[in-house]
Amino acid sequence: MTQIEFWQGNTACAEGALAAGCRFFGGYPITPSTEIAEHMALKLPKKNGVFIQMEDEIAGIASVIGASWTGARAMTATSGPGFSLMMENIGYAAMTETPCVIVNVQRGGPSTGQPTMGAQGDMMQCRFGSHGDYSVIALCPASVQEMYELTVKAFNLSDEYRVPVFLMADEIVGHMREKIVVPDSVPYVSRKELVRGMPPFRVDIDLIPGFPQFGKGYGVHVTGLTHDERGYPCATNPKLHEALVKRLVNKIESARHTIANYEILNPDANQVFIAYGAPVRTVQQVMHDHPDKNIGFLRLRTVWPFAEFALKEFKNAKRFLVPELNLGQIAREIERYVDIPVISLPKLGGDLHTPAELLAALEVPQ
Amino acid sequence: MSFEDWYRQDRLPHIFCAGCGNGTIINCTLAAIEQMAWKKEETVFVSGIGCSSRAPGYIAADSLHTTHGRAIAFATGVKLANPDLNVVVFTGDGDLAAIGGNHFIHGCRRNIDLTVVCMNNQIYGMTGGQGSPTTPRGCISSTTPYGCAETPFDLCELAIASGANYVSRWTSYHVKELEKSVLAGLQTPGFSFIEALVQCPTAFGRRNKFKQVSDQVDYLRTHTMLKAKRDRLLDQGQHIPPDMYIVGELARRNRPALGVK
Amino acid sequence: MRHEVRFSGFGGQGIILSAVILGRAAVMHDNKFAVQTQVYGPEARGGASMSAVIIDDAPILFPKVANPDIYVIMSQEGFEKYGVDAGKEAVMLVDSTRVYSRPQCRYIEIPATREAKQTLGRDIVANIVMLGALVASTQVVSEAALEKAILDSVPKGTEALNQRAMKKGIELAAGSTHP
Repeated sequence: MTQIEFWQGNTACAEGALAAGCRFFGGYPITPSTEIAEHMALKLPKKNGVFIQMEDEIAGIASVIGASWTGARAMTATSGPGFSLMMENIGYAAMTETPCVIVNVQRGGPSTGQPTMGAQGDMMQCRFGSHGDYSVIALCPASVQEMYELTVKAFNLSDEYRVPVFLMADEIVGHMREKIVVPDSVPYVSRKELVRGMPPFRVDIDLIPGFPQFGKGYGVHVTGLTHDERGYPCATNPKLHEALVKRLVNKIESARHTIANYEILNPDANQVFIAYGAPVRTVQQVMHDHPDKNIGFLRLRTVWPFAEFALKEFKNAKRFLVPELNLGQIAREIERYVDIPVISLPKLGGDLHTPAELLAALEVPQ
Repeated sequence: MSFEDWYRQDRLPHIFCAGCGNGTIINCTLAAIEQMAWKKEETVFVSGIGCSSRAPGYIAADSLHTTHGRAIAFATGVKLANPDLNVVVFTGDGDLAAIGGNHFIHGCRRNIDLTVVCMNNQIYGMTGGQGSPTTPRGCISSTTPYGCAETPFDLCELAIASGANYVSRWTSYHVKELEKSVLAGLQTPGFSFIEALVQCPTAFGRRNKFKQVSDQVDYLRTHTMLKAKRDRLLDQGQHIPPDMYIVGELARRNRPALGVK
Repeated sequence: MRHEVRFSGFGGQGIILSAVILGRAAVMHDNKFAVQTQVYGPEARGGASMSAVIIDDAPILFPKVANPDIYVIMSQEGFEKYGVDAGKEAVMLVDSTRVYSRPQCRYIEIPATREAKQTLGRDIVANIVMLGALVASTQVVSEAALEKAILDSVPKGTEALNQRAMKKGIELAAGSTHP
């Protein structure tokens, strides 16, 4: 039986995690994500799970990675300053192919910035924030319902692809309360186990190695150093390093058609909005109030890997309009793929674009 | 089974320099683990970055070689998520007390059920001999070319003040005592911290007038004083030379612990 | 029909809780849609706090309150910060014990704090008095839904007190002047 609730976005995220089988939360309180930690502190002990408040965000993500190697579904939640602190260990998770879910309820930055106001300024940091080349998956919820559903999806993708998955929320969806229909069960994708006797980092055609859970007798060595398929450090072998890093990137990028989740409205339109996260709501309002086949919408739930192929579905597009709560981070990504104008509609300060602002952008002569 | 069976034979030879003290400490630790009769599949080794942190890579159990300074934080996740696993952390003075200092004191405060073995060579060995938080005053390193001007940490006092259940200090000279001490640490629920002073001929010894490996080991032998003797001398109102390292079991207590099986 | 309700008062009056209760009433007991938002700040111990609820029969797209048509104002500072610009078409319920200014729009005076203290014996339930008055005068949710949402939300042991507070609000709204 589904159940109707009136939940805050952060509560929905925590409940989604619990429904997905998350049994470890390690983190550090930070506005505007703290309600997730508080809800996990309340609920995890009753589900035989572990909540631990660590001494900082570096330790938070470290404990999550440690827990993940015991087979647990593990997560942390943070916001800008804590996200910055996590970056080195996020690279470690990418290099060691450790499944983990990192929620970033984005607030205005840089630095301490606007702790209680929404923003989307960490979209590039989430993609490129740790040193070296790697790929990740990032999902952007636009409602309390999606805070729940995309958290579940984040765990499944993380276990399937053995990669850190980010729920890139924002203060607006994290803090608002709205109607949510809570399902009675959620989809579950398990980690592929390592076949006994196989080297732990040898891969199949899907480029994803089987998981050798700690405590099962695999005797696996896990290191952030460049390693061979046995997991042993080989840090000065150029070919091996190149092959490893390319695989870490390709296992995600080559699966982007499968991973990417997006919606297309009015594919024949000549003006097309592209949005993710809270600004989706303003675009939806505009589309609702002004039904017009000439206004299109590409609504992204997955931002990374970027679904560049979806852009091509708008064959008559004359320009893309990209409202973001940052100075055009994803607009620039879109520019890489198209030869029509990409109009960045940045908004800083914590407020959403109003429908009137987006309508005005449509009126600007092409 | 002997402690040698814990080694990953296909990973040898190791990277440690000739004369390095780390191998001694790893042997003592594995010998103590062997006495515990722990199985490989229920034992996990965790480390950070540095020479000491390469130890888990040579051991044929599940092991997590993590980021600089963060081993205790990773190990906390492993242990809490599966308390049935025995978790041993290898670390060094720079890893533990500089970049990882915060995780060290909080690990002690939580009294989480880990055994942490610190190979304290008083220098950053792997990166060529920079000063660390335990480099003694006046000692030469590549970043203290005129002599270290800072006062070093006493790692054991730090662990005791922060709440660890078991704390001891020995050196690479005190092989039998060290093995017994690690064993006691493994047996004690809660956070066990064993500091082992080790010689580093390559990065420390050659800059600080220890021409031979044995010179630095001799120094460790002659500049250590048993805690019992120190206490007796203090009771008699006698002076303790300031360059003496106090060795022995420095704390053993039964404070509430976290993550115990 | 979309309604935008803005609550303001000072920290500790239960302004946020009022908004949450109203949203719950709409979503969980009236089968409507609602979005509740609030200003996050250090107002838990004073200062002007604000929370808003949008209620609609259809799913709510743009989630921010742009132009409230209903105000519930429980402090003078709250009026000055969040009520003074109310549009002419709006209706405002003011706690006349605490708010001495009056808006340009239609308003309803509810002596909520006085009644809570004198008649009900606890000024803490003034916000529930205001909620009762709000629902009686605007029908933005049903009285039955509001009552259920109040009972879901208040601490155990205070249900009867809060029910009395709601009824008192309904009664005050019925007898109030509508200039």
